Amino acid sequence: MSQQLWAPSAALATLKQRAEILATIRSFFASKGVLEVETPSLCRASVTDVHLASFKTRFVGPNNQDGLDLYLQTSPEFAMKRLLAAGSGPIYQLAKAFRNEESGRHHNPEFTMLEWYRPGFDEYALMDEIEQLMQLLLQCAPCTRVTYQQVFVDVLGLDPLSASLEELKQCASEHGYSDIANRETHPDTLLQLLFCMEIEPKIGIDAPCFVYHFPASQAALAKLDEADPRVAGRFELYYQGMELANGFNELTDAKEQASRFEQDNQLRVQMGLSPVAIDQHFIAALQHGLPQCSGVALGVDRLIMLALNKSHISDVLAFDVGRA
Amino acid sequence: MANYSTNEFKGGLKIMLDGEPCAILENEMVKPGKGQAFNRVKIRKLISGKVLEKTFKSGDSVEGADVMDTDLAYLYTDGEFWHFMNNETFEQIAADEKAVGDNVKWLVENDVCTITLWNGNPIAVTPPNFVELEITETDPGLKGDTAGTGGKPATLSTGAVVRVPLFVQIGEVIKVDTRTGEYVSRVK
Repeated sequence: MSQQLWAPSAALATLKQRAEILATIRSFFASKGVLEVETPSLCRASVTDVHLASFKTRFVGPNNQDGLDLYLQTSPEFAMKRLLAAGSGPIYQLAKAFRNEESGRHHNPEFTMLEWYRPGFDEYALMDEIEQLMQLLLQCAPCTRVTYQQVFVDVLGLDPLSASLEELKQCASEHGYSDIANRETHPDTLLQLLFCMEIEPKIGIDAPCFVYHFPASQAALAKLDEADPRVAGRFELYYQGMELANGFNELTDAKEQASRFEQDNQLRVQMGLSPVAIDQHFIAALQHGLPQCSGVALGVDRLIMLALNKSHISDVLAFDVGRA
Repeated sequence: MANYSTNEFKGGLKIMLDGEPCAILENEMVKPGKGQAFNRVKIRKLISGKVLEKTFKSGDSVEGADVMDTDLAYLYTDGEFWHFMNNETFEQIAADEKAVGDNVKWLVENDVCTITLWNGNPIAVTPPNFVELEITETDPGLKGDTAGTGGKPATLSTGAVVRVPLFVQIGEVIKVDTRTGEYVSRVK
């Protein structure tokens, strides 16, 4: 890799392989009759998730002399669900996504996301389809599946659905995180700490691993499981130390969705973060009616890193943020 | 001293941890797509020299350490302290045995060393990357050996022991890499 900053961070041969992988993804969906769409990167609203930071900018122009705040999208989720509500049928998008405050070996503030939605699929059917794509692109072993609860029990001997805050603190302290555990008051932060640091490095080594049935408190935009409302229809995919994808059996209830957004914003204010404009177009689309569907967002740059055996995201980007 | 947020973490930053000044060696962000971010940080404790891994919750802050490096020439030792001087201001600083540590064997008079100061007190002494020292003791080498076949141990004037090629003899001055403790060449 050249140290000269005008030059690409990825090798040209890598960029050719990258283009081939993107072409394979497009033909995969074309053969299944899934429609490619493009939705805005700049929107009036953004995600309220307290752990995601959006870039905000200001549009000034005709009809907006006084300026209009616009956010670069952290994922194309809301706009794609509006298309689904309008009756688009199955859709996919290869979109640029933007996340502030994220940079590192597996993160670039601007990255490529593959997001797709399947009306009529539950999370298990969608996991099957993701697995087909993994086999096609990575020629990997068949994926394994484990529930969030089971993987905690297997690795840490702890039930994440029933453990008290004290039990979580004790477990975190035993694994060397006492400084964080002593001060932490949110059980989910401790669950995320234990998951990221202790569980993730031990799963998905030989084959990609789906972890499903995340706790209801980490449902994000997934609906709760009908048989066991302690868990949500949310899953993640891990492979060789990389978080590759996050999927949902999508929440279709407008009221529930609006209330989750408002709770996020209250939490943002408590944490000293700015509240984010709630996407009223998205809420209106849910009120109109989102068909039951499952959807997933997959980090394309990371997928390419795995396919080409690269250790840094900048190795697969024409220009990483340091050269942008 | 200022506090540093995890967003400001980078290699070289000096922070306080468990009452000891530390240098950050590596900082890796661990951020799930949904959920709290963490920083996995590799740290060297500057007094004990221990390297360890520590995890911080992103957004937390830690106290900075008032640590600075200064280049000073080594003068002499009185047995208890090792004395160094700033060649421009002629100001002198004395480092104790703990600060000098194992590097005592690389201290050559008038060589400029890096002295790490914490709150103004020396806590570490780093010699130049290369020093020149005289051999005081080594076995006579085999005549005709020039390439060196594994070499032999040689004791230097400071007490350091390095492996040298067989042809190098007592009384010769050699150049040594202090980072690896390896022989580099003879000095004419």
